[in-house]
Amino acid sequence: MRLLQIENLSVAIHGTEILKQVSFSIDPGQILAVTGESGSGKSMTALAVMQLLPNGAKTEGSIRLEGQDLLNCPEAEMCALRGASIGMVFQEPMTALNPVKTIGDQVMETILIHKAMSHAQARERAKEVLTRVGLPSDQFSLSRYPHELSGGQRQRVVIAMAIALRPKLLIADEPTTALDVTTQAQILDLLKGLVEEYGMGLLIITHDLAVVSDLADRIVVMRHGEVVESGATAELLHNMQHPYTRMLFEASNHQVTLPQPPQPRPLLEVKNVVRDYRLPRKRLFGVPGQHRAVNDVSFTLNRGERLGLVGESGCGKSTLTKAILGLADVQSGEIRLDGKPVFSGHTPNRDVRRKVQVVFQDPYGSFNPRHRVARLITEPFYLLDAPPTGAERQDRIDEILAAVGLSPNDASKYIHEFSGGQRQRIAIARALIIRPELILFDEAVSALDVSVRAQILDLLAELCAAYDLTYLFISHDLSVVRTITDRVLVMKAGRIVEHGETEQVFSDPQHPYTQSLIQAAPTLPEIGRSMAKPIC
Amino acid sequence: MRRNLILGATLSSLVLLAALISFVWTPYDHAALNIPSKLQPPNSQHVFGTDHFGRDMFSMIMVGARTSIAVALVAVGIGMALGVPLGLTAAARKGSWLDEVIMRGNDLVFAFPSLVIAILITAVFGAGAINAIIAIGIFNIPVFARITRGAALSLWEREFILAARVSGKGAARISAEHILPNVANLLIVQGTIQFSLGILAEAGLSYVGLGAQPPTPSWGRMLADAQTMVSFAPHLALIPGLAIIVTVLGLNLLGDGLRDWLDPRIKVARA
Amino acid sequence: MLRYALKRLISLLISLVVASVVIFAVIEVAPGDPASFMLGVNAQEDTLAALRAELGLDGSKVQRYLTWVGGMLVGDFGTSYTYRTPVSQMIADRLWVSLPLALYALTLSTLIAFPAGIYAAARRGKPGDLTVMGATQLGIAVPNFWFAMMLVLIFAINLRWFNAGGFVGWDNGFLAGMHSLTLPAIALALPQAAILARVMRSSLLDILGEDFMRTARAKGLSRRQALWRHGVRNALIPVLTIVGLQFSFLLAGSIIIEQVFYLPGLGRLVFQAISARDLIVVESVVMLLVFAVITVNFLVDLAYAAVDPRLRSRT
Repeated sequence: MRLLQIENLSVAIHGTEILKQVSFSIDPGQILAVTGESGSGKSMTALAVMQLLPNGAKTEGSIRLEGQDLLNCPEAEMCALRGASIGMVFQEPMTALNPVKTIGDQVMETILIHKAMSHAQARERAKEVLTRVGLPSDQFSLSRYPHELSGGQRQRVVIAMAIALRPKLLIADEPTTALDVTTQAQILDLLKGLVEEYGMGLLIITHDLAVVSDLADRIVVMRHGEVVESGATAELLHNMQHPYTRMLFEASNHQVTLPQPPQPRPLLEVKNVVRDYRLPRKRLFGVPGQHRAVNDVSFTLNRGERLGLVGESGCGKSTLTKAILGLADVQSGEIRLDGKPVFSGHTPNRDVRRKVQVVFQDPYGSFNPRHRVARLITEPFYLLDAPPTGAERQDRIDEILAAVGLSPNDASKYIHEFSGGQRQRIAIARALIIRPELILFDEAVSALDVSVRAQILDLLAELCAAYDLTYLFISHDLSVVRTITDRVLVMKAGRIVEHGETEQVFSDPQHPYTQSLIQAAPTLPEIGRSMAKPIC
Repeated sequence: MRRNLILGATLSSLVLLAALISFVWTPYDHAALNIPSKLQPPNSQHVFGTDHFGRDMFSMIMVGARTSIAVALVAVGIGMALGVPLGLTAAARKGSWLDEVIMRGNDLVFAFPSLVIAILITAVFGAGAINAIIAIGIFNIPVFARITRGAALSLWEREFILAARVSGKGAARISAEHILPNVANLLIVQGTIQFSLGILAEAGLSYVGLGAQPPTPSWGRMLADAQTMVSFAPHLALIPGLAIIVTVLGLNLLGDGLRDWLDPRIKVARA
Repeated sequence: MLRYALKRLISLLISLVVASVVIFAVIEVAPGDPASFMLGVNAQEDTLAALRAELGLDGSKVQRYLTWVGGMLVGDFGTSYTYRTPVSQMIADRLWVSLPLALYALTLSTLIAFPAGIYAAARRGKPGDLTVMGATQLGIAVPNFWFAMMLVLIFAINLRWFNAGGFVGWDNGFLAGMHSLTLPAIALALPQAAILARVMRSSLLDILGEDFMRTARAKGLSRRQALWRHGVRNALIPVLTIVGLQFSFLLAGSIIIEQVFYLPGLGRLVFQAISARDLIVVESVVMLLVFAVITVNFLVDLAYAAVDPRLRSRT
């Protein structure tokens, strides 16, 4: 008998089909990864197993846990199964825990709600599982509150809650998506170890194919609510049947060819930049502490060069970005663009500002929802002394929209009419319209699905050729930085720990931190890479 | 959920219409005394009956609607005109001394409920509609300042504001161009709610004699006059009371309906 | 925690000082001289001067402000212009009506609103929810003094269960006192309960959409268990603010309700004082009300910290 057997599962929510005829199964001790882009229905599949679908959901087909039909299981029996026989780990560790209860209480609750043990035993078990997930009780007492822990630590608590009663099946929905790459590697190791130790089945849901191929025994690829392909990992990777699967793997490791950078001529010079933040006082009359977000950072970006900046969250890369953009002053050091300081005195220098533009991460938050595209992308004209008007303005709009692969008709639309990838094109159009000397890409492709991300990377390569772009590409995603930059800076705790030619740094990292980053990043196997078509 | 919007809009415009028509026509002269026909219950001549001076209640309600709406509307206007800029400024200068001063000032005004402000004002300057407007209006300022600041703060975190800053736009321009249009829905909805609270506050103030003074008719004072006669002429209290309830209910439903229609995520402050 | 409390306390003291300055300044600009108002137009200049000295009306503004504030700190609120009795004593007598009334109403309002709000949230969109929401929509629209008149009409005049007005005094026993405050308290409480129930419901609905509620369900908690164990306490955080604000509304509202029931509370005192231009009484009562509001909000801030560990450790 299979541990979990899903047969012809269909789900509709208020009449909209979300899942169509989904079938797969998991055996004890097996790791099965469900993968696909957003909207593929992978998370809904997990919620269907838990019977925690949103209101108004109608299900057909069957889901069996060791033969027991979950779809027709009464709610009271489902409650008895959840947490005891099936555990679940969610994507967002920052919000998955109740902020007003201690971690000990929350782990113990799983045990106590199922009346599995006495209070004292439950306490012991909570200590035990928290230690097992890497939070030993001498350092992380049960009386801690979630806000006192980091994201990775909170995810460990969530895992501890899910495994406290040693469930037969563990479901993990994008468990590492919100985490840094080194933390991700630790959490994935932990999950893998737990599967071996407890003999659980693990249903992991992730969009990250590198994670999938590293971890899973079997893979299920989904698209628009349907399973397009499934099979044992090695087999599926060697012999992809469906064009969508092939496209997905190709896009995940998309390579672009950048034009040769010109002779080095400095454009952006960052010299010994320091930025401190005041911390809240620890004691009432104590001296407030300082957090040095950027610590003595110096680098030069040459004209026509594509520079990468990688680092994990909190390393100071966003503070540095804001300083270069002239949005936040620095305490000491100097940032010069084209020989002129970004800040003259404490006010941003307008002449410098018009030479730099930015593309942000969030394709949804980057635009005022009440303005039309024409107004959105011409906002930087405000920086010009004589902004183009009338026909000239219209020409500029048409030209730039065409350059990013949109049509001139799009100028009169509102932002909500566009998809995430299209919005990122509009963001690039906005950054390009005044032909800045330098563009900052701040995690600009991180929120996009892999296929869309590949298209945007292609667009960037095209624009590099057409407009001689100079940019600083800030990202936590090593594989993207590797293909889209000429040189790279590695930042850790406010300092640049390593810099050099991108290929050189990636193939032969010198600093231990860089080595650990590259080590931790999951990689697609060569087989996936060989499927990739060369880019012309 | 369009039902709230339609019902609310209908009730509100009914009251507004009555107030407007009263400028050109009422069934009787609302101030004309007619002692012989005093204290009549509702009948075919006087649909809402007559009061202890024989005045036609329907006409008085129509004219009273004018007072209520004028006081509440101007008070909301004061609250928005001063509160919204304060809230925008506080958000634009988040964490600065200016933000601190504005927010502490707000807290301070919040410590004086509108009735207490009215008591202070009337104690010093005497009772009257203008002073009622000021009392309710002052109390509206922190309400609008607070919700504007709250909504604006979350907008300032958004990347489109960063993009505007990268385009060299200053805080004032960003507030006008990007923040204000995006809090407009919230202000409309909250404005409707404050309007209804203003109607209630005006009625309360006139009831205790701190609002509009005779001969200006007002619903609150009609209730005060009715109090000693409620046992033998309950319609004197019922009708102005129902007028207030219909108006406030209409505005509240309108507010809720507008919220559902414009943006269901809007949080309305009711206090 | 201590730092948080101390910070709130400092902010409370600043608010009180600023409020007292504002009140004093407003009363200062009042036209007319209380002494000549009291003695009439024909009074002799030396009699006036003597009276001014007695009432503490001579001296500079700063001096008088300091005397007023200093007096209040030791419980001396000055002497009433009209009754020539200590204001503190007049206020104390009235406070024994107004304060119990406000607390009684607050208790009723909370007792009605919390269950109603939780019930409605738990049954979102179902008939139970719609009924509660409809009732609260009506409750918000009803002016409390009109509601009070209707209560008098029904329960005092027709059914004769209660007196139509007046206060028997606490000398007749606690229950008798509470009995004569019951109708006023209900009149005050119900409209406030309607607001509070709506806030409770929407706050709880927000929490029900949080990720950690789904986590709780994934642990095996039933809908109801998740609501009670994880929902209510988190939902209380915004609700507490409203409870704090409501206290000030109830206190102010009691001023109006006292008029309906002829209760000898602060409201009656204030209106008598206004008509007699007894500004020192008005000044002191207003200051007292503001003091109560600011103090209650301070207590609410402390209650936050008790509910929310994030506040406790931030400081």
